[in-house]
Amino acid sequence: MAAFTAVRAAVSFTQRFVRVSRDCSVCPLYRLNVCTGAAVDGFSAPNRRLRTSIGVCQSADSSSPEEDQRVVNVVFIDRSGQRIPVKARVGDNALHLAHKHGIELEGACEASLACSTCHVYVSSEHYEKLPEPEEREDDMLDMAPMLQENSRLSCQIILTPELDGMELTLPKVTRNFYVDGHVPKPH
Amino acid sequence: IWGSHICRVRGLSSSSGPRVCIVGGGPAGFYTAQQLLKARQDAAVDIYERLPVPFGLVRFGVAPDHPEVKNVINTFTQTAQHERCSFHGNVNVGKDVTIDELRQAYHAVVLSYGAEGNRSMGIPGEDLPGVFSAKDFVGWYNGLPSNKELHPDLSFETAVILGQGNVALDVARILLAPVEMLKETDITQNALEALAGSKVRRVLIVGRRGPLQIACTIKELREMVNLPNTRADMLPADFEGIAEALKDLPRPRKRLTELMMKAVKEGGDDKAEKCWGLRFFRSPVEVLAGADEKRAAGIRLALNKLEGSGESVRAEVTGQLEDVDCGLIISSIGYKSIPIDPAVPFDPRRAIVPNEMGRVQDTAGLYCSGWVKRGPTGVIATTMNDSFDTARVLIQDMEAGKLDLSVNKPGAQAITALLQTRGVRMVLFSQWEKINAEEEKRGKSLGKAREKLLDVDEMLCRAK
Repeated sequence: MAAFTAVRAAVSFTQRFVRVSRDCSVCPLYRLNVCTGAAVDGFSAPNRRLRTSIGVCQSADSSSPEEDQRVVNVVFIDRSGQRIPVKARVGDNALHLAHKHGIELEGACEASLACSTCHVYVSSEHYEKLPEPEEREDDMLDMAPMLQENSRLSCQIILTPELDGMELTLPKVTRNFYVDGHVPKPH
Repeated sequence: IWGSHICRVRGLSSSSGPRVCIVGGGPAGFYTAQQLLKARQDAAVDIYERLPVPFGLVRFGVAPDHPEVKNVINTFTQTAQHERCSFHGNVNVGKDVTIDELRQAYHAVVLSYGAEGNRSMGIPGEDLPGVFSAKDFVGWYNGLPSNKELHPDLSFETAVILGQGNVALDVARILLAPVEMLKETDITQNALEALAGSKVRRVLIVGRRGPLQIACTIKELREMVNLPNTRADMLPADFEGIAEALKDLPRPRKRLTELMMKAVKEGGDDKAEKCWGLRFFRSPVEVLAGADEKRAAGIRLALNKLEGSGESVRAEVTGQLEDVDCGLIISSIGYKSIPIDPAVPFDPRRAIVPNEMGRVQDTAGLYCSGWVKRGPTGVIATTMNDSFDTARVLIQDMEAGKLDLSVNKPGAQAITALLQTRGVRMVLFSQWEKINAEEEKRGKSLGKAREKLLDVDEMLCRAK
């Protein structure tokens, strides 16, 4: 824990860095067996493609003005209502972004449109800006508990500059959170 | 930092963190374990599974042509390989070791053993050759060792499936799919060969109630509609009044119903060799034997009408009957949990372990997750959320002092020793990986994703 406290003090440009989960199992680096362990200490991403928020800011130091415009700010709102702002890049996949930041989105089928565990609600003004879901996504969404007008599967959301400021809210899918006694339909 | 952290935690035998035992190595077991490991950095979790191989219905239930659904295996593998988790296969809880022995060795025990039994139709003729439970039929094409001798006779033109859930639709699709669609999957070779020689051309999928009550999801229905070389054969009469009801339906039900209506209207290619149809308002009352009285040759269905409305619509008999000639009858009306150990309360009417939010009734330190807790419905995601719920409740109990963590529990050490004295050969996860490698190797030579080992003894042999 001491290491994290030190990091928290040093890393002030992302106040939410402390939110990064210590659970390796959600990290794509670990899953792909490319984790060197250095990611936590030095916060450097060994693989340039899998960029953490620290990585983005480091590259921003030496970046050109065009690169700055490629940052997309996204806010995740987790199941307890806590806001987690993250800095992402154009082209990032929202589900992978969530995993990088320890957000509790499962992604059981690994973005293959065979489950609904990455279900999120998209802030309404940004929902309009997303491309229409393909039929397969709609079919999977139909199985998600607490489906709303602004529901999407986050594994299908690719960030564009116009999505800057988008808020992705995690549905309260478990019985512990149901306030209206709603029980999800079996199938 | 992680390197040194791992070294510090390695001495688990002297650790005084909570030790949790999970009974059942399917999705419920793995998702419960995952959540526990994440929530408590000092928790050690052991998973016990009856078969030498893990993953439960993800391996034996999910259809071979749905490989993406099986991607969850990657997550489960991560969990099993976690340093604070260990998998013990080939251990029959209730027979090789009792629940009480597990409760003595662990701070908490979670029952996640699912539903291995089958709801019977309860009608005469149900035991005639030619009648199978969907559970057994699916187990047969998915390589479940206890179903390897099923040998279903596929030489009849018509098959009737009772039930209209996703399992029923999976069975229909596997019966009618072109062999090309299946030959590179992990379907067993003997099932593939049997299906290649199948004479089944017509599959009827029968439900008690109406189109608005159908239990399958749209993905599976769409796969039937799009199945090559097949056409839909529906009864327009079954759909009276449905078009009018569409506008008031919630989105998932509306889209599903619209797809069905489309299938009724368009039907599909008349030249198609094979056909499938949904039949509504019909309940099985008798399996009819052939002239030789030796096997099933047809099924007698009672026609129903619907009473009530909304979620509580019921089917009521009208007295009318209908006979359908068929040589293959598959009952897909639900799986069923069975009691595992006399020490565990069991509700025989609902066929679940009675519980309150995952805490087993009147039994401190005993929990349940998955189908044995809620009943055998839902997709993997449903079980995932449910397992996360149970894990959260367990953690709450730990933190509220309801579980006495001050007592040191021996965990796997004690159970492993016990099993050894009883001559039980445990299969560790690294040994499953040898079985896994062998299955992939055999599959490769057949041009398939894998060729599953069908025999427990062979699995144990490969695990050495």
